Amino acid sequence: MLKITKYVVYDILRSKVLILYTAFLGIASMALFNLETDPAKAIISLLSIVMIILPLVSIVFSTTYFYNAYEFMELLVSQPLQRRTIILAQYMGIGLCLVLAYVIGVGIPMLLFAPGEVSVILLFAGIMLTLSFTAFAFLASVLTRDKARGIGVSLLLWFYLAILYDAILIGILYAFNDYPLEKVVIGLAACNPIDLARIMVLLKLDISALMGYTGAVFQEIFGNGLGIAMGFVVLTLWVLLPLWLSVRIFRRKNI
Amino acid sequence: MIRILIWFSLLLHGSCLFASDLEVGRGKGFSTLQSAVDKAKPGDRILVYPGTYEAINLKIEKPLTIEGKDWPVLDAKGKDDGIAILCSDVTVKGLVIKNTNRGSLKDYAGIRVFKASNIVISGNQLINAFFGIYLSDARNVHVTNNKLKGEAPDQSSSGNGIHLWQCANSVITGNHITGHRDGIYFEFARHGFIEKNVSEKNHRYGLHFMFSDSNIFHNNQFVKNGTGVAVMYSTQIQMLHNDFAENWGGSAYGILLKDIKDSHIRGNRFEKNTTAMYVEGSSRVKVDSNRFVSNGWAVKLLASCQQDTFTCNNFIANTFDISTNGTLYMNYFQQNYWEKYDGYDLNRDRNGDVPHRPVSLYSLMVEKMPFMIFLLRSFIIDLLDTSERNVPSLIPENIVDVTPRMKELELND
Repeated sequence: MLKITKYVVYDILRSKVLILYTAFLGIASMALFNLETDPAKAIISLLSIVMIILPLVSIVFSTTYFYNAYEFMELLVSQPLQRRTIILAQYMGIGLCLVLAYVIGVGIPMLLFAPGEVSVILLFAGIMLTLSFTAFAFLASVLTRDKARGIGVSLLLWFYLAILYDAILIGILYAFNDYPLEKVVIGLAACNPIDLARIMVLLKLDISALMGYTGAVFQEIFGNGLGIAMGFVVLTLWVLLPLWLSVRIFRRKNI
Repeated sequence: MIRILIWFSLLLHGSCLFASDLEVGRGKGFSTLQSAVDKAKPGDRILVYPGTYEAINLKIEKPLTIEGKDWPVLDAKGKDDGIAILCSDVTVKGLVIKNTNRGSLKDYAGIRVFKASNIVISGNQLINAFFGIYLSDARNVHVTNNKLKGEAPDQSSSGNGIHLWQCANSVITGNHITGHRDGIYFEFARHGFIEKNVSEKNHRYGLHFMFSDSNIFHNNQFVKNGTGVAVMYSTQIQMLHNDFAENWGGSAYGILLKDIKDSHIRGNRFEKNTTAMYVEGSSRVKVDSNRFVSNGWAVKLLASCQQDTFTCNNFIANTFDISTNGTLYMNYFQQNYWEKYDGYDLNRDRNGDVPHRPVSLYSLMVEKMPFMIFLLRSFIIDLLDTSERNVPSLIPENIVDVTPRMKELELND
């Protein structure tokens, strides 16, 4: 398994795309930290990069790589190897590279220029989002053999989770605004890894404003460290769930 | 004979003019404070040496100076008031007053001043008092450098630190108040000067006043109080260079202004409050040269306010700068620095060429539906805000700063 992962990592590192991605993240975060006088403001800008660009790159890159490595995978399948091992090794390779790019491009400048709780939470949230969207990419890829359709499904997934979901949420909240929706909102937020990651960063970044929300549920859940811990547990579920689904589909798939 | 009479009258007179010292303490002239107070003549000084003394509603009914040496402790043993000053020209210094009674019928106090003037209460410690220093119907009272520490667990069982009722010309400086219900409480107190006090971690308000006109608040700190600071129904208040910080909670305000008129709020620092400033029904309030930093809401200015002006303030790193609840608006914003402003300055006059609208669509949404706060910093929200700012249709059009500053203002004065 590790052998395959190693091979995947070498293969990705040889292509220029990942290096470009790392460089983009690095330049963006360095520029933000140098242009903004207040590091907190730079973190806010970084937050939107992490919430939008990071999932997009993760999902598209992983899907493309998956299809490009299809022949290699067919070769592996013909070997005496478990299919689960093959796909998990692939996942680990890609995930590792993307996380590495993120940590080098965003994590290191962030911890250098703005060391603190917010940066640490944002770093972990970004890592979890990368892993989660890589898993989503695998799910999209095992669903269909056609590359164009696979990428289409990935893009739709990204669009839905990153942008559409919040718009729908606003619609729902507006429509049912006479009802007590506080629990519902938290539940709905947990149904989207991007929203969840965003709220976790906000808990450190905008705590003054969030404390203005008097809902007892909110005080209970987010008033202490428990909220952050629960957030990470649910985010981990958002990595494991799509991964488990794609492994399951891949094992029974007729290649 | 006549000579003797003259001498005698001079002697009598002299005993009033040249006050004597009475000493209280182990091995001194008096063993209890009460006996010294009983014996003292007007104008005498009572020196209290270290030790613990009983002071259960110790009434002072003649002009005296009571001075503690090395912190003598006056214990009210949970029975009544500590000291009650019932006459003018009394000075109380350097005492530790402890354990007054608590109750809901009577406001027991560590030091009570009633119908008196020219009182000095300075450098005392009040520990576990229900009310700390309670002034009613008093004039010219100086309350300086006292430390007040309440030990009641919650709001309903605690009293106020420094409480003024119907007072005038009070000077309250350099006190430190913590653990009380309201740190400093004024009702019908006029022409007061409140300077360099620290009021922190009180159960309710750091500072609370009503119907108290013409007071000056200067260089005080109000930090981490249960619900911040609330000031109501007063005119001609001046609040200068105070600190309002870290008041967190749904109904906690850095400062809440309700029906405040013709007042001036200048040079204050508001940091990390849920709502830095909440203004309701107030008119002709000038707010200038303040710093609003890292608050949830910097200013909530309700539509019931008129002719309030906000000039030359810095709004930095607040989640929301201005929020309101209506559309008719007669308040003015000029020359403030808004960190969120993204305009430009082509003619180099240091003011942006494009007006800034500090109320965002999202802040209106949150005002209506508080749970919308969970969508803060979402991409779609930013998108809505940006488009609304460029083509305003829902946000009140007349809440606008026509001359927003390009750079942060230096506020050092």
